[in-house]
Amino acid sequence: MQSSTIVIVILVLSAVAYRVGRRRSLALVGGPRSIRDLHSLPSYYGFLTALWCALPALLLLCAWHLIDQRLILETVLSHMPGELQRLPDDQRGLLMNDVRNVVQGNVPIGEARPAVQAAAREWLRLDGLSRVAGGALALCLGLAGGAFAWWRISPTLRARNRVEKVVEIALVICSLIAILTTIGIVLSVLYEALQFFRVVPLTEFLFGTHWSPQMAIRSDQVGSSGAFGAVPLFAGTLLISLIAMLVAVPVGLLAAIYLAEYADRRIRAVTKPFLEVLAGIPTVVYGFFAVLTVGPLLRSTGQSLGLDVASESALSAGLVMGIMIIPFVSSLADDMITAVPQSLRDGAYALGATRSETIRRVVLPAALPGIVGGVLLAVSRAIGETMIVVMAAGLAAKLTANPLEAVTTVTVQIVALLIGDNEFNSPKTLSAFALGLVLFVATLLLNILALTIVRKYREHYE
Amino acid sequence: MSKSDATPARGVRQKVAAGLKRRYRAERRFQAYGIAAVGVGILFVVVLFTTIIANGYTAFEQTYIRLDVTYLAGEIDPTGARAPADLAAGNYEGVLHAALRARFPEVTDRAELRQLYGILSGAAETTVRERVLADPARIGTQESLWLLARDKVDMLVKGKVDRKLPEADRALNDREVGWIDALGAEHRIEKRFNIGFFTHGDSREPEQAGVRGAVMGSLFTLLVTLLLSFPIGVAAAVYLEEFAPRNRLTDVIEVNINNLAAVPSIVFGLLGLAMFIEFFGLPRSAPLVGGLVLTLMTLPTIIIASRAALKAVPPSIREAAFGMGASPVQTVLHHVLPLAVPGMLTGAIIGMARALGESAPLLMIGMVAFIADVPKTFSDPATVLPVQVYLWASSPERAFIERTSGAIIVLLAFLLIMNAAAVVLRSRFERRW
Repeated sequence: MQSSTIVIVILVLSAVAYRVGRRRSLALVGGPRSIRDLHSLPSYYGFLTALWCALPALLLLCAWHLIDQRLILETVLSHMPGELQRLPDDQRGLLMNDVRNVVQGNVPIGEARPAVQAAAREWLRLDGLSRVAGGALALCLGLAGGAFAWWRISPTLRARNRVEKVVEIALVICSLIAILTTIGIVLSVLYEALQFFRVVPLTEFLFGTHWSPQMAIRSDQVGSSGAFGAVPLFAGTLLISLIAMLVAVPVGLLAAIYLAEYADRRIRAVTKPFLEVLAGIPTVVYGFFAVLTVGPLLRSTGQSLGLDVASESALSAGLVMGIMIIPFVSSLADDMITAVPQSLRDGAYALGATRSETIRRVVLPAALPGIVGGVLLAVSRAIGETMIVVMAAGLAAKLTANPLEAVTTVTVQIVALLIGDNEFNSPKTLSAFALGLVLFVATLLLNILALTIVRKYREHYE
Repeated sequence: MSKSDATPARGVRQKVAAGLKRRYRAERRFQAYGIAAVGVGILFVVVLFTTIIANGYTAFEQTYIRLDVTYLAGEIDPTGARAPADLAAGNYEGVLHAALRARFPEVTDRAELRQLYGILSGAAETTVRERVLADPARIGTQESLWLLARDKVDMLVKGKVDRKLPEADRALNDREVGWIDALGAEHRIEKRFNIGFFTHGDSREPEQAGVRGAVMGSLFTLLVTLLLSFPIGVAAAVYLEEFAPRNRLTDVIEVNINNLAAVPSIVFGLLGLAMFIEFFGLPRSAPLVGGLVLTLMTLPTIIIASRAALKAVPPSIREAAFGMGASPVQTVLHHVLPLAVPGMLTGAIIGMARALGESAPLLMIGMVAFIADVPKTFSDPATVLPVQVYLWASSPERAFIERTSGAIIVLLAFLLIMNAAAVVLRSRFERRW
């Protein structure tokens, strides 16, 4: 039996349970006329019966699936010939991998070794048995649960309160997923990063200036040791983010000021969505734009000026990233500027200030904390942006402040280290998680700082 | 005011008058900066779209060559038994080569012949084979067929190969250009609507590559994302907005959601790799895992939008329901939620649009592999549209540039539809109380 069929059967059963429970509640008080004798509406008795039928059965099924593969593995192992059981751990792991391949049909059963064949047959037999047993048990539990709830139904049963309790618990679980995600991120990234720091010391990672994560397979090859000094990556990330900010902050801020303070409503209504289109374009499109248009353009401009511009320069990646961030800065700045009370402007006008003087001397200083917060959020965006730099920035970890050269960033290296089938526990792969940890912590701190500033400012005028 | 104030006041007035010209100039300058900034932003939008469309519209056309093909019995079915298995295994390459030699009898040199054979795509063989399998009686007869041309021929016909370049710098040499021009003069070359671009999976040959695999992959991935993130997001929003007591736990949840919304997407990819693939052993490259990762990524967006929608429902609705004796759960499920659903759906569509354009976390879980087959289930290896764009953008062939731009146009079209749906939904169902 497929587990999906069992799930469907259980759901059908619980639908039946709903009808049966509802009918029984009505029958107990003698029909719809005397419905006021029931504590809850009849449908709540139905829901309660259905929940008793479905929930325990589905939970059992989940639990069964979580443990049955492990149990089967143990049983198959314990039934293997003695000399295979006494193998060292890693060889036994390889053996079980062979068995698993046969079981999953990746390797035809005829091609495997006899011991593996026997184990695979046993596995398949146990697997079938476990499916049938698990399914049957779940169905029995469902029936039993439904019957129990049906038997408990009485006019005084507080069915509505119980059903609502279940609903509330489900809602709480859903809202806890956000916390679980954060915990998951922290645990998974931290765990792998700690394994990495066991091989490479933290100080070398944070302060080393040489990055070449390629570990050779043999120890006598060139570059066999690998070097994990991440300073060039941090420098590259900061350089590209700085260029992006130099583009995005002036353009975004001035555009926001113009749209909020000068433009009349019709122009604003047309222009704002037009600028926000930039925020909706996938970053991979920006990356392609950087490679296809901006990179070559900068290169040829540089040549005509006698400058040597790398085809994957920090400048082109930063410029394009800046374009991407413009709407982010402008919409945040717009919010902050419109939040400044009109009375401040009126006061400035009454003193004879021109519009631009009012904006520069009164509105902007009043909105400054909010704008700073918005810019910080934009910086964290730029640091974490991946596709543009993967496509438009280079892979060479160079420590340079020259925007015309190719630099690499934290995100580029994470992608480069993890694409493809790598051995999961090599320092090379693990270093990606260490970089991920740095990225997570850096953006988290920036966000917390920015959100605190923004919130403080908002409260100021409310 | 007495007379003693008059003198300094006049002085101030003169000072102000003297400065006015300068101040008005500064005013105009400042306004010009603003207009320039808006203009720069609009310019970027325009340049971006023109570049993509100018490079990409040609991807929707493909070059075909008309050849008089003789279905040679000796190549297709030497035994003469006409068994379907034999027919399927026939030497159709030989048939095409013969047809090309018949059209260009002057080419005899081996190296030149190889170049001549190279003007047709590998897919041309399939065309001939399908004709024969559909009707074996064609064997021995001659027919005029439109066959798919190779990518470099396509590029030449579309004018993307500079004929003025020296021969060595061109993808096609003078001989090949000559053949194409000769065929063109006989109207044997035609550009047709590129159906294959929408019906084929990925391919190493640009002329055979299509976006169907990526579109289906995106569809499966987004379906998983929608089915998980919408109910969970709405439930979380309902709890936080309607039921949650103000305590430490709910504060932590709130801060958490706001922070998660700003975590770089690639970090979610790391989570997916370490958690779903390494720990739970889910398959690599599968839309299922992609959908799970994107669910975690879009959840904050959907929760925040849903909470805003719930907040917009006036308290009077709740009070009326309570007044009629409804329980809190009944109030929310029967009265508040139905009124908030349009706003929640708008948020969900915007979240889905973001998920559709996202590629970085999917690179981490192996959705970048070259996959020629169109995925059929949630666990088949697949790729998604933005990752397909990335893959094609990193291919060296000239012809993949237009494919990349074409795929971007398809992607942007989907995004446009989704955003338009969100706008329509908002304007039709948004209520003001």
